[in-house]
Amino acid sequence: MIELRKVYLDHSATTPVRPEVAELVREYMTRCFGNPSSVHSFGREAKAGLTKAREQAAGAIGAHTEEIIFTSGGTEADNLALRGAAYAYANKGKHLITSAVEHHAVLDTCKELEKEGYSLTVLPVDEYGLIRMNDLRRAITPETILISVMHVNNEVGTIEPIEEIGALAKERGILFHTDAVQSLGKIPIDVKKMNIDLLSASGHKIYGPKGTGFLYAKRGIKLHPLVFGGGQERKLRPGTENLPGIVGLGLAAALAVREMDMETARLQKLRDYMIKEILEKINDVQLNGHPDIRVSSNVNISFKYVEGESLLLSLDMKGIAASSGSACTSGSLDPSHVLTAMGICHEVAHGSVRMTLGHDNTEEDIKYVLEALPPIVDRLRAMSPLYQQNRKECAGCTLKK
Amino acid sequence: MYTEKVMDHFTNPRNVGEIENANGVGEVGNASCGDIMRIYLLVEDNIIKDIKFKTFGCGAAIATSSMVTEMVKGRTLAEALEVTNKAIAEALGGLPPVKMHCSNLAADALKRAIEDYQAGQAS
Repeated sequence: MIELRKVYLDHSATTPVRPEVAELVREYMTRCFGNPSSVHSFGREAKAGLTKAREQAAGAIGAHTEEIIFTSGGTEADNLALRGAAYAYANKGKHLITSAVEHHAVLDTCKELEKEGYSLTVLPVDEYGLIRMNDLRRAITPETILISVMHVNNEVGTIEPIEEIGALAKERGILFHTDAVQSLGKIPIDVKKMNIDLLSASGHKIYGPKGTGFLYAKRGIKLHPLVFGGGQERKLRPGTENLPGIVGLGLAAALAVREMDMETARLQKLRDYMIKEILEKINDVQLNGHPDIRVSSNVNISFKYVEGESLLLSLDMKGIAASSGSACTSGSLDPSHVLTAMGICHEVAHGSVRMTLGHDNTEEDIKYVLEALPPIVDRLRAMSPLYQQNRKECAGCTLKK
Repeated sequence: MYTEKVMDHFTNPRNVGEIENANGVGEVGNASCGDIMRIYLLVEDNIIKDIKFKTFGCGAAIATSSMVTEMVKGRTLAEALEVTNKAIAEALGGLPPVKMHCSNLAADALKRAIEDYQAGQAS
């Protein structure tokens, strides 16, 4: 039997742990198992691993080591940044600004703060998913304490103007948080140059272990802890450190940054080839997100008249793993909040497929996908009552413009 | 997440297409919620002689459409009207709970098609 070719195109969902990282994690589970808070040699050895990981994490974003707080992942880092800062600076003001295309870890946390009495402005985005600086300028009030805008959008790969946002926030004396879960290791980050006060990162998106992440909080920024206990992580994240995970995250971050230039160039070539071929080979498709201001790994395409989950199932049968902004894959009736915020009508959003490239993907993989895709789309369209109906395109659709 | 039977009907759907001289057509759902099912009937002497479907939707939507056509082809209208969405889901070996509401509409589409046929007869 010929083994089915497997092509993993869901690197924005998660990545495999690199072998050298897995080896280090194992080392810190078995041999260097000490508690970093202990005085004895076991503890000191563990502490040395923790310190090194902190240097690696800080080095990846141009931060100081004491500015890194290890967390259980991007979601916790977002929560600690937003709630931690909102509570700590409540006496200064209670207005927060975020964008409509944030990950739920940011959006839902902001909405929760709104319920707790904070006021919230959710910035709209343009058709590419970019916020407009003018909207941001107008949204700022004397009460504004925090702006949170992601670096790279997880669904469409659009890169937000965080350097400009950082400069504006600094000028107005407002804290700036960015969720960099999808950009770390893919786009150079310098928190000092970019005037970032708070930044969230995750390990498992950069070939590190799941359940790991960190928050960068600039020196001098006050945060209110969300969990109470021991003195670990400057009391901001008490509890015995997940040392195996942390050392894995540290190494993964260091390797990702070291290989970034070469890998970005390679992926960008594959990405552009893939987008170009799909747009040429298949009718009635559209690229979601910005054609250029886009992370190297992201391909997001809507195949009109078909539904995303059907596409995913069909691709899966060919060994191809992707994801979709369709409601059917989210467990709700609404398609992706990112695509709808970009003014993409529901029916087109339902037919979106996100394919995110990574280390192991080769040109052969992409060629295989490009061969598998057209017949799948044809088959589903032949079944679709929406296809070739001469209906007015998205007539019943309300564009949020 | 889907049963083998669902995947079978998704991969090899029965009775896909349109009937040119259909005397009953029913549609349910809308594109904004992600599912549209359209069923075409050819009814003769109160019996469903032919039935075809076209569906825009997820795996469950396509499989339930396919299943309902198989369940009622050759049956009387009265028998066909007794088929419920629940029975279709059961015939497929069950659907994930989240799909029971959004994508389990095939019996409704069938019912609309039968009503369309009956309305045509009455006029």
